[in-house]
Amino acid sequence: MIPEFEKFKGFKAKNLPKEEPLSPGHRGCQGCGEVLALRMVMKALGKDVIVCNATGCMEIITSPYPHTAWRVPWIHIAFENAASVASGVESARKVLARKGKIPKKHVDILAVGGDGATGDIGLQFISGAFERGHDFLYVCLDNEAYMNTGVQRSGCTPYGAMTTTSPPGKKSFGQVTWKKNVPAIAVAHNIPYVATASPAYFLDLMNKVKKAALVKGPAYVHIYSPCPTGWGSAGERSIEISRLAVETKVFPLYEVIEGRYIISRKITKPKPVTEYFKGQRRFRHLDEEHIEYIQRKVDAEYEKLLRLAEMS
Amino acid sequence: MANSDAIVGWKTITFGCHILEPGNAANFRTGDWRSQRPVVDKEKCIKCGMCWVFCPDMAYNQDEEGYFVVDLEYCKGCGICAHECPKDAITMVPEEG
Amino acid sequence: MSKRVGIEVSIAIAEAVGLARAEVIPAYPITPQTHIVEHLSEMVANAELDAEFVPVESEHAAMSCCCGSSAAGARTFTSSSAQGLSLMSEVLYIASTMRLPMVMVVANRAMSAPISIWNDHQDIMIQRDTGWIQTFAENGQEAVDLTLHAFRVSEDRNVSLPIMVNIDGFTLSHVIEPIELPDQEDVDRFLPPFKPRYKLDPRRPITMGPVGIPEVYTEAKVAHDMAMKKAKRYILKAWNEFEEIFGRKYNPIESYRTEDAEVLLVTMGSISETAMTAVDTMRDAGQKVGLLRIRLWRPFPGQEFRRAVGKTKILAVIDRCLPPGALCGPVGAELRSLFYKIPGSPKIFSFVAGLGGRDVTVERFEEIVDKARAFAKKRPRELYEVIGVREK
Repeated sequence: MIPEFEKFKGFKAKNLPKEEPLSPGHRGCQGCGEVLALRMVMKALGKDVIVCNATGCMEIITSPYPHTAWRVPWIHIAFENAASVASGVESARKVLARKGKIPKKHVDILAVGGDGATGDIGLQFISGAFERGHDFLYVCLDNEAYMNTGVQRSGCTPYGAMTTTSPPGKKSFGQVTWKKNVPAIAVAHNIPYVATASPAYFLDLMNKVKKAALVKGPAYVHIYSPCPTGWGSAGERSIEISRLAVETKVFPLYEVIEGRYIISRKITKPKPVTEYFKGQRRFRHLDEEHIEYIQRKVDAEYEKLLRLAEMS
Repeated sequence: MANSDAIVGWKTITFGCHILEPGNAANFRTGDWRSQRPVVDKEKCIKCGMCWVFCPDMAYNQDEEGYFVVDLEYCKGCGICAHECPKDAITMVPEEG
Repeated sequence: MSKRVGIEVSIAIAEAVGLARAEVIPAYPITPQTHIVEHLSEMVANAELDAEFVPVESEHAAMSCCCGSSAAGARTFTSSSAQGLSLMSEVLYIASTMRLPMVMVVANRAMSAPISIWNDHQDIMIQRDTGWIQTFAENGQEAVDLTLHAFRVSEDRNVSLPIMVNIDGFTLSHVIEPIELPDQEDVDRFLPPFKPRYKLDPRRPITMGPVGIPEVYTEAKVAHDMAMKKAKRYILKAWNEFEEIFGRKYNPIESYRTEDAEVLLVTMGSISETAMTAVDTMRDAGQKVGLLRIRLWRPFPGQEFRRAVGKTKILAVIDRCLPPGALCGPVGAELRSLFYKIPGSPKIFSFVAGLGGRDVTVERFEEIVDKARAFAKKRPRELYEVIGVREK
């Protein structure tokens, strides 16, 4: 039971915060799904937040000297260590508040990084921060590859996807391994709150981010972030693709509250994965055999999730 | 993204390269990147705000009547708003020139 | 009243960090620094120090955590050695160029491979260019004093650079010495609370760590270099203030019996004490030998060093690391640059000694002085000589 959730009423389309902690003028690609997700995250959190950003697309597009798109305090140190930087900020503010050097008013501490920064090079760092129990939230903006450096594969690149370091060719069909389940790694650390979100379901996303911030202790939100540039999809379809990812069960939406799985959106009439692949050049090369395998595995993973939710 | 704002000397560059003016990226006209722009048909528009919600560039603002108006300073012409509008009230038209 | 106690140097350093009222201590253990962080953890657990002890999961995390903590405005301390110091390499550069004040005590230890936990200076020399102010302690008292001094200088708004205080691993960290632990009141007088120029605070939002496009990177680097150079003034000023309060004076370059010296040994760190004994021995035997000890390594105090050399014509420089493929060790190279083509400059001979915990004895120093005299008459073939290495 998380007491902070009792009072939380949730965002409604009618009363969305108008403030934009992220300013326009950032250098994101046209139709960037990740910066849109980030915008929603920041709207959910408001102005009383300190952001610790890992190196990556979001960091680059929002901070080209002398411009910053950030209207809230923000720090970027390096690629893998957003969680450690956040740990330092959290520890500092704890002791400074205790000594009366800063006001005791709560300020959310947000660590944000891409899939590579979080699940690959940053895995040690999120693990340590989760285990130590710092009061912060980590948001992973997952565009399923190292996009900022030119679309190289990450542990979160989906099976079969084409990237520059998992190219399909005579001896390869693309990414050969299944997507790394980083939310499950977060759950394994017994942190109070873990969730997945998609920008197509913006209220769900914002509510989850807010809940993650309300939790006392570590929280993790993994957000699906379409990258038209890297995926070879049309910029205008970024939200449509974010919706299809959920409707085809490729990216299920759920929360894990104190170890209990709760499915956010039960997909009773799933669309086939072929619908999802349409219009994404990164999947265009897949043959029937691989698509069937992916469909089977997507179904199996979803079943697993349903069972986890039943057990909870 | 070269811009003349960055021409500073070592004596005048900010301490630690920190940027002290929050949100000053708003001085940068990303609207110049556009090759198409959204046009809203007010007859069809139901003021649901989805265009505003789904804009990655914070380029929509609500006017006094409640309609959402695009800010051409920043709109990159991605077309998400037109694609998502539940009433098909937005059309992307090519930029002249 | 300050108290003079027989205490292990690591413990004394931890006590100094406590007296300095450090606020956030991210720490990862590595031999031979462990006693420092262990004692700090005890002090926090026993409410002797009101701080957050953050037991991070690696040294890279430790330094990253330090950056976050300093940026948020807390007095920050950590400690490491060798492999750990290397692991945090990329973040060391960042902490410095982002002007984040913090203090790190480095228990100098040899670098792998082969893995060695014993003392030499390889670990700090490969971090030489990270933009941290770097000082060297020769004994336990200095370790304590330099740690207090480090907080004062690092947080000085005119400086705002991180500082590494170097102590020789085991040789200093693990020995028990008589050390005067200062009074809390005196430390409070010397070290005012940390008031950063900028910090992460929603009341005044700023962006730290932006992208440095080519139009601006050179200016950023020059500004940082200038800050390092300017820092020397405040380092010396703080040493003067230290003397006023605590009665002990420190200089960037320390001289020992240099007045009429024909040969000057140049050392850094704890072997300086053995070197002083060696100088005494050689002086008793009628040799005109002296010693220069480098206490401030970065920014390098060129003016003070030249002044300290005076009219001496032979320098025997001891490097405690062996950079493969280099013409000579880093200290030797620095001094050669300092004196290059300046009329009346001394001849400089480089020696490498004390690698991986090997003792540098009084006899070795005598050997070095003899060799230096010989080289002054007949130029050596190599630019440096490794002392005490067995061929077979």
